[in-house]
Amino acid sequence: MTSITVQVNGRAESHDVEPRLTFADFLRHTLRLTGTHVGCEHGVCGACTVLVDGKAVRSCLMFAVQADGCEVVTVEGLAPDGELSPLQQAFRRHHALQCGFCTPGMLITAQALIDSEPDLTEERVRDVLSGNICRCTGYVPIVAAVLDAAASGDRKR
Amino acid sequence: MKPAPFDYLRVHSIDEAIAALAEHDDAVILAGGQSLVPMLNFRLASPGLLIDINRISDLARIGVTPDGLTLGALVRWHELESSTVVARHNPLLQYAVRHIAHYQIRNRGTVGGSSAHADPAAEFPAVALACDAIFSLRSARGTRTVTAADFFRGALETALEPGEMLVAIQFPAWPVRRGWGFEEFARRAGDFALAGAIVLLDYDADGVCADASLVSFGAGDRALRLTRAEECLRGIRLTVGALTEAARIAAEDCEPKSDMHAPAEYRSALLETLMLRALNAAAAPDRRTVA
Repeated sequence: MTSITVQVNGRAESHDVEPRLTFADFLRHTLRLTGTHVGCEHGVCGACTVLVDGKAVRSCLMFAVQADGCEVVTVEGLAPDGELSPLQQAFRRHHALQCGFCTPGMLITAQALIDSEPDLTEERVRDVLSGNICRCTGYVPIVAAVLDAAASGDRKR
Repeated sequence: MKPAPFDYLRVHSIDEAIAALAEHDDAVILAGGQSLVPMLNFRLASPGLLIDINRISDLARIGVTPDGLTLGALVRWHELESSTVVARHNPLLQYAVRHIAHYQIRNRGTVGGSSAHADPAAEFPAVALACDAIFSLRSARGTRTVTAADFFRGALETALEPGEMLVAIQFPAWPVRRGWGFEEFARRAGDFALAGAIVLLDYDADGVCADASLVSFGAGDRALRLTRAEECLRGIRLTVGALTEAARIAAEDCEPKSDMHAPAEYRSALLETLMLRALNAAAAPDRRTVA
């Protein structure tokens, strides 16, 4: 067991972890932050995407021990006060989710994109979201929601 | 789908990493983890020890010298994507990186990890081969360098010996008059390509093709230099006929295999088309860089 401390959504979390525990499982099982979803467990579906030190990464492809000392934002961190963030509101307006399984990964990826790149085009949004698989809405409403949130000017989560 | 148990060691220097490699014969290096961790999760690999090099800042540098561009093994794709230095010193590399996997994977994946993994359809090894990049390998025995042609031995096979780690990849300086082309086809954005083609054309002051480098990837057990096609372009003024003939010969010299994604015949035909497009791009005046 290795002792780690991770900042998750602004809170310091200290735990002993087995090296083979994936970061996704650490979030879900150890911290009970079940908003991060685990789909494929080999880096294809994007459902487990979280922000690690500001970068969108697949939490199934890193181990909890590697996150020691890092700052992490999960989907729970997008709406800390229980109010939907501008991006989440745009998802609701555009019907950008049905079953909701892919939604946490979509939101985190899109938020990272909106935060880091001004003047997003549809082409760029589609390219970035190609790393997140949705099996029900198709991607049209999701892309529309991201473009809407990006254009609304209120970039803060 | 969970990995088998392993021990974990975070190292902060190259010396620490190679000392640990020398001590444990069932250790592997963990860089970005974007190829290794899926293999661990599938239990296709079950090393006894993971040596995590992610915090060796010396390995994460992009350096420029008159000899060319040097990438530390830990340089991540997203850094290459946005680097103005890379744009100036190897535009082909920057263009190719945009085709590697997905946004989240490019945030974490590294040049060293992709090279050591050596997937036959990976873009970076193919670019390294086309550019005659040099790989620096370190072990407790010292440092040695191997060319890209010698580094990549086959599918998931490299020249890395037990106890050795890849520390840097050097790309020779980009010549003054060089045109380049990069083409790949994948069924979905970010997937491994069914086939891909890379072309470098170097011209002399009179516009004669002085040197050519043609590479295919995803159409064999590794990226291939297509020397017969290169030969027929050297020393001539390029014409539509010459480019078409080179593409035909290039496709003839590839050895694609049939698999669940595409039959060999399809891959050959695809490769000829992609090679011709890459040749045309490399021969187009707007793709010629004049440094």
